[in-house]
Amino acid sequence: MPLTRQDVEKVALLARLTLTDAEAEAMTSQLAGIVDYVDQLAQADVEGVEPMAQAVESANVFQQDEVRAGLPREFALRNAPRHSDAGYLVPAVLGD
Amino acid sequence: MSPTELTAARQLELLASGDSSAEELVSNHLALIDSVDGSVGAFLRVDHQGALAHARAIDGRRARGERLGALAGLPVAVKDILCQTGERVTCASRMLEGFTSPYDATVVAKLRAADAVLIGRTNMDEFAMGGSTENSAFQPTRNPWDLERSPGGSSGGAAACVAARMAPLSIGTDTGGSIRQPAGLCGVVGLKPTYGRVSRFGLVAFASSLDQVGPLARTTEGAAMLLDAITGHDPFDSTSLALPPTAAAANLAKPLENLRIGVVAEHYAEGLDAEVEAAVRAAIRQYQSLGAEVVDVSLPNSKYAVATYYVIAPCEASSNLARYDGIHYGRRADESAIAAALAAERKAALDAGDQAAADAVEPALVRLYRQSRSEAFGPEVKRRIMLGAYALSAGYYDAYYLKALKVRRLIRQDFDAAFQKCDLIVGPTTAGPASKLGSFDDDPLGMYLLDLYTVSANLAGLPAMSLPCGKTKSGLPIGLHLIAPPLEEERLLRGARMYEAAAGQFVEKPACC
Repeated sequence: MPLTRQDVEKVALLARLTLTDAEAEAMTSQLAGIVDYVDQLAQADVEGVEPMAQAVESANVFQQDEVRAGLPREFALRNAPRHSDAGYLVPAVLGD
Repeated sequence: MSPTELTAARQLELLASGDSSAEELVSNHLALIDSVDGSVGAFLRVDHQGALAHARAIDGRRARGERLGALAGLPVAVKDILCQTGERVTCASRMLEGFTSPYDATVVAKLRAADAVLIGRTNMDEFAMGGSTENSAFQPTRNPWDLERSPGGSSGGAAACVAARMAPLSIGTDTGGSIRQPAGLCGVVGLKPTYGRVSRFGLVAFASSLDQVGPLARTTEGAAMLLDAITGHDPFDSTSLALPPTAAAANLAKPLENLRIGVVAEHYAEGLDAEVEAAVRAAIRQYQSLGAEVVDVSLPNSKYAVATYYVIAPCEASSNLARYDGIHYGRRADESAIAAALAAERKAALDAGDQAAADAVEPALVRLYRQSRSEAFGPEVKRRIMLGAYALSAGYYDAYYLKALKVRRLIRQDFDAAFQKCDLIVGPTTAGPASKLGSFDDDPLGMYLLDLYTVSANLAGLPAMSLPCGKTKSGLPIGLHLIAPPLEEERLLRGARMYEAAAGQFVEKPACC
C-alpha cells in the first residue's frame, strides 16, 4: 500500500512535527521512495530468526542501589528556555 | 617544515624531546586553521585562547618533570556531538544552538586525562544524519582535496581537519559509516570500534544500538594511539563492555602471521567505480605479496543492509530525538504567538458555528512541541524522525522494525560464518570518490545508498576502519575498508599497518593547505 499524504499528516502529529503544505508534499514523495526501497526486506527469509536489538547481547547490567550525587538542579535548569529556578515552565495544560 | 606536516606520533616525539613546546605546536595548528579553514569549513568553533592556555600549562608541567598523559600537548579536534563542560554542543543543529554542556562526555574526560589539547569543535551533518556534512545547519564543509566536493559525512569536519593538517587527530562518531566514509573520501585513517568499546556517555544519541565514537588520524599509528586513549569500561554507559582499554599502538608494527584476507563477492557489483575497484584489487594483491592468503567469502544478506539500517536507525532516532521538546533545553517557539494563533483558530471555528473544529484545536503544549521542533530541525532530521515514527506506528511495526531486527541477525550471522574462513574482510569504503556539493539535494535515497559498504559493520557491531589506498586520476582519495571480528581492533590496526607500511603512507597533502 503506497504511503499517502494522509499517512504523512498522521505521522507528523505522532512525531510532534508540523509540516507546511510544501514540506508535506515533498515528504510524501520522498518517504514513499524510501519505504518502497526498504520494502525489499519482505523478501528476506527470517523464519525462526530471533530479532537482534543490540549488537552486543549482554545480560542485564546491575549497579548498587545507593545514593550518589547527580547533576545539581541549577545545572539541569541552566539550558531550559523557561524555568522558575525550581522546575521547568510549560504552557497551561489544564483548563484556561 | 612546519610540525603540522608531521604525523601525530612524530609531533609527540617533538614534544617529548623538547624540540617543540606544546604552545608552539598548538600555535602552528591554530595559524593553519586561521589561514585554511575559511575555505574548508571544518570547524564550527575554535578555542584559540583555551587551547593555548592549556598548552602552556602542559609545558609547565613538563618543565617541572610531572608525569604527563599519552597525548600530552597534542591538539585534538572533537566532533560537535560530544559533551564538553562549559562548551556549546550544537550537533550542527539550530535546535541546540544555545546549549552549553553541563558535563564532559567520558571520551572528552579521557582526552583530558591523556593531556590532549582540545582545539575546537568540528562540523557535521545535523545530529549525524547524512553522508556529506551538507546537512549542517551552519555551514557545509568542503573536501580539502577538491573544494567543490563534499568531504563525506557525517564526521566531515573531523576528516577534513585532519586531511588539511589543521589537527593531527580528531574524534568522530559512526552510526552507519560516519567516521569511515569521510575518512575514505578525505584520504585519512578512520576507525569505528566494536560496539561497546568506547563509552557513549555524553555522546548526543542518534541511534543508540549503532552509535560508536572513534578516532581519525593521518596514519594507522595515530588512530591506534587515539583509540587506546578513549577505550575502556565506563559504568555510566550500561552498554560499555567490561574490558580494559585497548593497547593497539604497542603492537602495531608487528605484522599478522598467516593472515587470511576475506574478499566479498557481493562487493564488486554494479555501481562500484572502476578506479575504486582497481585500487582495492591492487591493495588485495599487495596483501598477497605480503604473504596473505586471499579467501572468497559471501555475505548473502548484505544486500539488505541499507534497507535494514534505514529502518532501525530512523526508528531509534525518532525515539531519541523525542527529547527535543522545547521545554528542557534547546529551541522553544514563541509562546505568546502560539497562544494568539490558537485563540484565533478557536474563534474562527466558533464564528463558523463549528464547535467540533473549535474543540479539535490542539492544546498549547502540543502546539509548542510541534512548532519548536519544526522550526529547529532541518529537512533530513525531519525525514528520519518521520520515517522512524512511520515504521514504528500501529500496523507497520512487524513489517518494518521487527523484520529489520531479524534481518540484522542474519547479517551478523553472515559475518560470523565469514570469519570462520578469514581473519579480516577487505573491500572498498565507498562505491566512488567524493561527490560534488549539492549532488544529493533532492535525492535522500541516493545519499542513503552511499552507506552500502559501511552500514553492515554497525548493524553487526563489528570493528571496521578505512585507510587510504590511492587516488583517482583526478586526484581524489580512495579508501580501503577493513572489517574484523568483535573486539579485534588490534588485529584490524596491525592488518591495516601491514598494508600502509608496504604501500606508503600517502603523506602528500592537499593543495589547499
